[in-house]
Amino acid sequence: MNIFSLIGKYFLFVKKVFSRPSKLTVFYKSFLKEVFVLGVSSIGFVAFVSLFVGAVVTLQIAYNLENPLLPSYLIGLATRDSIILEFSPTMISLILAGKMGSNIASTIGTMRVTEQIDALEMMGINSASYLVLPKIFALIFFNPILITFSMFLAIIGGWFFGDITGLCSTTEFLDGVQYYFIPFNVFYAYIKTVFFAIIIATLPAFYGYYTKGGALEVGQASTKGVVNSSILIIIFNYLITQLLLS
Amino acid sequence: MIEVKNVIKSFGPNLVLDNISASFFPGKVNLIIGRSGSGKTVAIKSMLGLHEIDSGSISFDKRNFSSMSQKEKQNIRKEIGMVFQGGALFDSKTIEENLMVPLIMFSSMSIEQMKDRVNFCLNRVNLDNVNSLYPADLSGGMQKRVAIARAIILKPKYLFCDEPNSGLDPYTATVIDELLKEITYEYNITTVINTHDMNSVMQIGDYIIFIQKGKKLWEGSKDEIMNSTNKDLNKFIFSSEIFKRLKSFM
Repeated sequence: MNIFSLIGKYFLFVKKVFSRPSKLTVFYKSFLKEVFVLGVSSIGFVAFVSLFVGAVVTLQIAYNLENPLLPSYLIGLATRDSIILEFSPTMISLILAGKMGSNIASTIGTMRVTEQIDALEMMGINSASYLVLPKIFALIFFNPILITFSMFLAIIGGWFFGDITGLCSTTEFLDGVQYYFIPFNVFYAYIKTVFFAIIIATLPAFYGYYTKGGALEVGQASTKGVVNSSILIIIFNYLITQLLLS
Repeated sequence: MIEVKNVIKSFGPNLVLDNISASFFPGKVNLIIGRSGSGKTVAIKSMLGLHEIDSGSISFDKRNFSSMSQKEKQNIRKEIGMVFQGGALFDSKTIEENLMVPLIMFSSMSIEQMKDRVNFCLNRVNLDNVNSLYPADLSGGMQKRVAIARAIILKPKYLFCDEPNSGLDPYTATVIDELLKEITYEYNITTVINTHDMNSVMQIGDYIIFIQKGKKLWEGSKDEIMNSTNKDLNKFIFSSEIFKRLKSFM
């Protein structure tokens, strides 16, 4: 299948997914379940990664700002901007593409090869919408919360490790974090997060939905879903940044 | 009544259904028989719109299913029950939740009424106290019975089964066959079953079509099948030792 027919098939799939749910109560219950399965279950992982990467970002910035003419509060400022602009929205989304994407592709792929999707179709249910739409809305709703949480914890990690290693005092770090804050940067991070959430939900679902074969093909669909959603996230990261920040 | 007229279906260069025509009547157990790879499953999935046919027509009570939009097909499918070869139960849901999916989506029943209907259907397939179990907790035969219960939960006009007793021991297979026959007669359903099991054919086949390499080679009833003169059909029927011996007594 060439790239153009693949893209066409993907958009037809998305069109099928975005049809109106046949029962809103069923959709709402599935949405809450997906928020928990995909979102809430990622909190611990995101917290762990954010805390330590925040610390590493601070240590690296401090290492690069050894010039005595540069004030120490710049460490806090640079840490904040790195985390808000790039680390939390992009890097955490890439990590979530691995965790959530493999879950989505393998779940839907297994349902396909065990004829559970055919069973839904036979009941007169739009299987694509029934299975995928709640996942998309769950990620659009919960990923910005995860990213906010990640920003917060990464800055705390940076402050804590900067302070205990003596590279940047609490006062200097907090001065830097508050210095020349641009609220639009946070808005930009949320726009990226929502775009990435749609990619993370739809692309692995697409590969899972059209799986043919057995366990091996489910694994391949999962890998394709994660790899291609990661590539799209990187491409959209550039495009959105070009549009909003240049 | 389900009417299949001149249906052709191919996958790339492989012609899988070659000009198949048949009529399946209500209140009868209709069987599609043939060897593995003869096109039985493709035939049944084409009738249900899970595979798009290349040409021909399929109609359910004079409603031309093959020319309908996806939305219209979904409406017809609410009148169809389907038992898949592997059961196709939703493995993350309990048995009760499995049976409730169609009710929640398409009925206006209260939760209590739904639970009553679930219990009635489970009882109808001789299963009790399995509501809170998961499909993985059940044996193959029990899973098939749950699949049948789910297929009849919305009181379908048409019931399709893809090799409902494959992988089951002879006794359980007989139980499943009897159950399908009883349900067909009791609710006057148009039942279409794919099978290659000759025991099923002799037990429940009211109307039988035999296909080989995608072509319909024979049609008739279970009373006529043993006296057929079709060579391919005879080769298929009398391939097992028990039927060979039976033939020697005829």
